[in-house]
Amino acid sequence: MVPITTLHYLVVAAALFVLGTIGVLTRRNVVIILMSIELILNAVNLNLVAFSRLYGLHGQVFAVFVITDAAAEAAVGLGILIAFFRNKETVNMDEVDLLKW
Amino acid sequence: MLHLILFSVFAVIAVAGALNLLVQRHPISSALSLIVVMGSLAVEYLLLGAEFVAAIQVIIYAGAIMVLFVFVIMLLNAGVEERTKGSKVALILGFPAMLVGGLLVAWVLLRAPNVGSVNVGAMYGPPKAIGWLLFHDFLLPFEVTSVLVLIAIMGAVVLASPVRSRFSRPQPEPERQALKAAAGTEPAHEETVTARRSS
Repeated sequence: MVPITTLHYLVVAAALFVLGTIGVLTRRNVVIILMSIELILNAVNLNLVAFSRLYGLHGQVFAVFVITDAAAEAAVGLGILIAFFRNKETVNMDEVDLLKW
Repeated sequence: MLHLILFSVFAVIAVAGALNLLVQRHPISSALSLIVVMGSLAVEYLLLGAEFVAAIQVIIYAGAIMVLFVFVIMLLNAGVEERTKGSKVALILGFPAMLVGGLLVAWVLLRAPNVGSVNVGAMYGPPKAIGWLLFHDFLLPFEVTSVLVLIAIMGAVVLASPVRSRFSRPQPEPERQALKAAAGTEPAHEETVTARRSS
């Protein structure tokens, strides 16, 4: 029987982080980009909780903080998206070019 | 043994859900697969003994945040996303870079110190201990976070409110004329209307 170590959790978290990064870089829908950011935050949370097993409870408290920040970020991001949709009638990321030089 | 099986099954489900999030073309399908990822991550937290974080994960992430996402998707009526072909330079440069990055991560992970294994059912993150930490050691960050959430709520309300603001498009012409006709022809009255609206 193989014991489960922190390493297993780190591998899963790394996979989720990479998938989230790919989603942020390749998708065009702003909603899906925000969801990929949530995926990245989830990977970070898994790392924090896995390390809290080794180094004490502080990691879990940080995970709670990260979840709170994710909620705030989702609310503000989706509010910006609604305001943008009211102006341009689109949710495509590559049409968000008002500030492009 | 049970722990190994549960860990493997839910890790595979989490990674498969994340892959499905990337592959699906409709935002609703992506949102549902993200809920799957979050649920299986909650099981992983339970296997680590972090019961409080698991409960928070289900309640806030899979509950509140994903409801918000689905609500916005429904509100914007976003259809199937169109794809463009990626650039060739990115394809040529990207795969070797990804290989190098993966090897780097594997090297770092394999050099990791002998990390301890975890046991099933050993509760490690009881709500009482986390609350003690949160309200004693982390009291100032906790209060700062509450201010952050308050600011985020106000920002979301200001950004998404249907009231005419600087962020929204000016009213179309016929509607404005109808408004002018309804408000009467004297300019002084219209002045007060616009002033009241802009304030």
